[in-house]
Amino acid sequence: MATTLAKAADGAEVVEHAARIEHVSKSFAGPAGPQLVLDDITLDVAPGEFVTLLGASGCGKSTLLNLVAGLDAPTAGNITTNGRPALMFQEHALFPWLTAGKNIELALRLRGVAKSERRDRAEELLELVRLKGAYGKRVHELSGGMRQRVALARALAQDSQILLMDEPFAALDAITRDVLHDELTRIWRETQLSVLFVTHNVREAVRLAERVVLLSSRPGRVAHEWRVDIPQPRRIEDAAVAELSVEITEQLRGEIRRHGQH
Amino acid sequence: MASTETKADAADQPVKDSTGGDMAGLEAGLDALETTAHSGRPGFRQTFVEKILPPLVAIALVLVVWQALISFKVVTDPSKLPSPSDVWGEVKNAWLEGTLLGYIWTSVSRGLVGFLFALVIGTPLGLLVARVKFVRAAIGPILSGLQSLPSVAWVPPAVIWLGLNNSMMFAVILLGAVPSIANGLVSGVDQVPPLFLRAGRTMGATGLRGTWHIVMPAALPGYLAGLKQGWAFSWRSLMAAEIIASSPDLGIGLGQLLENGRTASSMSMVFLAIFLILFVGIAIDLLIFSPLERWVLRSRGLLVKS
Repeated sequence: MATTLAKAADGAEVVEHAARIEHVSKSFAGPAGPQLVLDDITLDVAPGEFVTLLGASGCGKSTLLNLVAGLDAPTAGNITTNGRPALMFQEHALFPWLTAGKNIELALRLRGVAKSERRDRAEELLELVRLKGAYGKRVHELSGGMRQRVALARALAQDSQILLMDEPFAALDAITRDVLHDELTRIWRETQLSVLFVTHNVREAVRLAERVVLLSSRPGRVAHEWRVDIPQPRRIEDAAVAELSVEITEQLRGEIRRHGQH
Repeated sequence: MASTETKADAADQPVKDSTGGDMAGLEAGLDALETTAHSGRPGFRQTFVEKILPPLVAIALVLVVWQALISFKVVTDPSKLPSPSDVWGEVKNAWLEGTLLGYIWTSVSRGLVGFLFALVIGTPLGLLVARVKFVRAAIGPILSGLQSLPSVAWVPPAVIWLGLNNSMMFAVILLGAVPSIANGLVSGVDQVPPLFLRAGRTMGATGLRGTWHIVMPAALPGYLAGLKQGWAFSWRSLMAAEIIASSPDLGIGLGQLLENGRTASSMSMVFLAIFLILFVGIAIDLLIFSPLERWVLRSRGLLVKS
């Protein structure tokens, strides 16, 4: 994966974007020939920007995230990211044979962090997700919300410029999800990280993002974009969040309805 | 981008607004509520009643039935069925003569050395079959087929190739145990959740690093099951080899003891040998493999306490 860096006049490296998706299409082999899942997607994520990708089932939003993560190759088009992205899944994907702390240390180790620094760095990251003291805990001893927070700490341990999140809070209850939205917003603002966050939950998208991108379904295309200027910290029950959510939901319904009429 | 300024300001100072504090308290509450309390280890009394007593009762029952067969003259010929006390006498004699531990050690040392060889060969073989498509297609079916071949079948060719010596014993053990160990690892690797591999790849664990950090630890439960079966096969193969291929140079192991009992028409010696073979098999399993397996499963939260 190419790292795109532009040289500024004074010689300092200026990063133009955290991820650039240019005219990307993806098709999979289906029973009736190749099936187009993503059609000519173009999308930039600026450094430090928080973008949510919103869409109904079958819009290929997870497929797009896999392409950006480098787990799969696009059929056409080009994707460049500034370094290897970190990826967080709907399932925590923590390794059950390691403790919470060692899971984070593995990410550090694979990135080449010296052994003597790993323990301290892992403790710091656990503190960042407010899980001080969970270092020695096994994965099965943690609650769902705590597991996702350790997974977030592990993703942060990769020290990537961009964090990809594939519906990471979808399996959590509403209150835990609220808390994690808050954590994520706080950490994003502290770390200046770029985030590309996939969800089918409109309110979640509006609660978190600076920019919401709506994908149409089958094939996935960029249908609409909104810039969210509501100041952070927001709450999911804020009137402004609700208002924009209504507008976006209306558009999303329209996209879904189109599939009912042939 | 109006929101950028707000963000830059906020990044300088720690986020300390009423909402944040609120949420932190909520979070602490959730963590406390959702963390399951862990019950301590069961006491000795409970372990004794639940784990130790039942097998003792079963053994006692077998002894009672056995003694009853003799006492009530159901079986009268001692060359067909010796009494428990005759067999016990045989054990005591062997102990007093100092040969009992020798019999056991001859076989156990052979079995363990052979098993370690099988481990060293079976592990990389299993990894190759599991990870390299061509190798899997080429020898995968043969490897699982070999598991169903009784290892006794290897004794005659091994004797012809290697003669009556320890190498022949090891060859038979290897041919019995390597397929089990390799197959155990293959099924362990096959059952690794794809999510772990994807997570590993995004963290940069690919190729050998992925195998070492992700695939091997994730496959450990299946691998251990393969090792357990591999040991059982090692032990069985060894006994077959010792019974068929006895030679004075080889020393007396448990298999030879059984064969000696048969040639001497001493049913109590035959029973002694069978009990010792069974005893060693159970002891190795209880002392090595079961604790290892339980430790691995418990540390991953896979062991449900009943």
